[in-house]
Amino acid sequence: MEERIIFAGFGGQGVLTMGLIITYAGMLEGKNVSWTPSYGPEMRGGTANCNVTVSDDEVGSPVIIEATSVVVMNRPSLDKYESYVVPGGKLFVNTSLVDRKPQRKDIEVYEVPANEIASELGNLKVANMVMLGAFVEATKVVKMETVLKALPEVFGKGKEHMMAINEKALEKGAELIRNMVSTK
Amino acid sequence: MAKVLMKGNEAMAEAAIQAGCRYYFGYPITPQNEVTEYMSKRMPEVGGVFLQAESEVSAINMVYGAGGAGARVMTSTSGPGLSLMQEGISYLAGAQIPCVIVNIMRGGPGLGNIQGAQSDYFQSVKGGGHGDYKLIVLAPSTIQEMADLVQEAFDIADDYRNPVVILGDGMLGQMMEPVDFDNVKKTRRNLPEKTWATTGRGNREHRNVINSLYIDPPVLEKHNYVLFEKYKRAEQNEVRYEMVNCDDAEVILVAYGTMARVAKNVMNIARREGYKVGLIRPISLWPFPKEPFKKTVDQVKGYLVVEMSMGQMVEDVQLATECKKPVHFYGRPAGMIPEPSVMLEKIKQIAGGAR
Repeated sequence: MEERIIFAGFGGQGVLTMGLIITYAGMLEGKNVSWTPSYGPEMRGGTANCNVTVSDDEVGSPVIIEATSVVVMNRPSLDKYESYVVPGGKLFVNTSLVDRKPQRKDIEVYEVPANEIASELGNLKVANMVMLGAFVEATKVVKMETVLKALPEVFGKGKEHMMAINEKALEKGAELIRNMVSTK
Repeated sequence: MAKVLMKGNEAMAEAAIQAGCRYYFGYPITPQNEVTEYMSKRMPEVGGVFLQAESEVSAINMVYGAGGAGARVMTSTSGPGLSLMQEGISYLAGAQIPCVIVNIMRGGPGLGNIQGAQSDYFQSVKGGGHGDYKLIVLAPSTIQEMADLVQEAFDIADDYRNPVVILGDGMLGQMMEPVDFDNVKKTRRNLPEKTWATTGRGNREHRNVINSLYIDPPVLEKHNYVLFEKYKRAEQNEVRYEMVNCDDAEVILVAYGTMARVAKNVMNIARREGYKVGLIRPISLWPFPKEPFKKTVDQVKGYLVVEMSMGQMVEDVQLATECKKPVHFYGRPAGMIPEPSVMLEKIKQIAGGAR
């Protein structure tokens, strides 16, 4: 098993954190993992992405060219990374902020209105957790229970008050995927 | 302590602290800033000194001072900063001061950019400063190995009274992988006492002086021979490398650091397609590992050196193979990563056609 995932969006949407949570959870499950952020002379509102590999084998290149999954939180990220998905791979689109349909027909597309669901939960900041819940449910790259264990480790002290809403957001995202599958 | 998820830069800083480093002098430069940041937080916790110098020139000379007093000391920088440090590095080597210098390479020349690259190989391995000297240069390719080699680097530096360089790239500095600090791999050494350190005369009969000035030519010549005896000992004892799938290989990839990880992937793909491909990964860039080439040069059709540069280590591979077999090269500069598909194509050409 080797999952190569790109998480991409605006700076501030929490895409690096999404990747970190999956990486941490992978480590807790005894997998080989690596997390590589985009970095550069970037500023708030600029683009951000990270490359995450979760593998049974040694992780080779930390930079991903052929992704098994791509998660895009905004339109520029869809434009940039749609072509990175391997045929048969998965593409997760935050339809709240992406105003076009993916063009690829050889991949599985999951449309998640992450911002809208987060707003309904009362905190727009957890849009990334909604998407992450959908991602984990659809890919099963790590177990949801491991993600829940990874959350406090990644967020650290001082964010305990956010745990309940984060968990709720993860569950909402997962639920969306379960409903999609059952109606297919 | 179980495995922890850390950036390469952070892992090196923590490894240094665990190796007993209590002095860090540096000046910020991307992509190694997390080393500086981590040290600024951790050093006060362990009673050490963190000092942000006004430039790399003063940072390396502070290293000279602390190292001369026998302390375990480290600095870290990236290409442009390392260029500024060259004078001090030559003085450190001349005065036989142990220290660890981390270079997290970025695209060059000049200010270049801040993406990971491997274009400072010549600068580190062949010596960017003046005079006849060598630096022991270690090139990790995983975050665990960064932690391992930093600890090893402090021991090597003390063993040989010589600066040791950890040569990484922006990718290794920035990426996170699990690190296990409880099981750091370390060579057992009997480290000599630092009787030469300038810690005050006390009851000693003579004064200790740290210096690299030897005005009288025969005296300087003798000093040079002393240094080279040391380098000869390093060439015998400090060579490190990894060989993968080389026993039956017709084509051998040669790469270090981040590039070796990509090469390993490509090797596996080529193997699945029926090509007998191996990998030689130099870990010590100086002393350069010649043995793996001696062992394989008769059996292979050729070597393919891949670097994130226009080709620097390739010259050492040509020397190590004594040009008995073709040494091919593929690289990309400026923080671009050589493409696996191109590497695969070149492997097929060297192996001779389809399988």
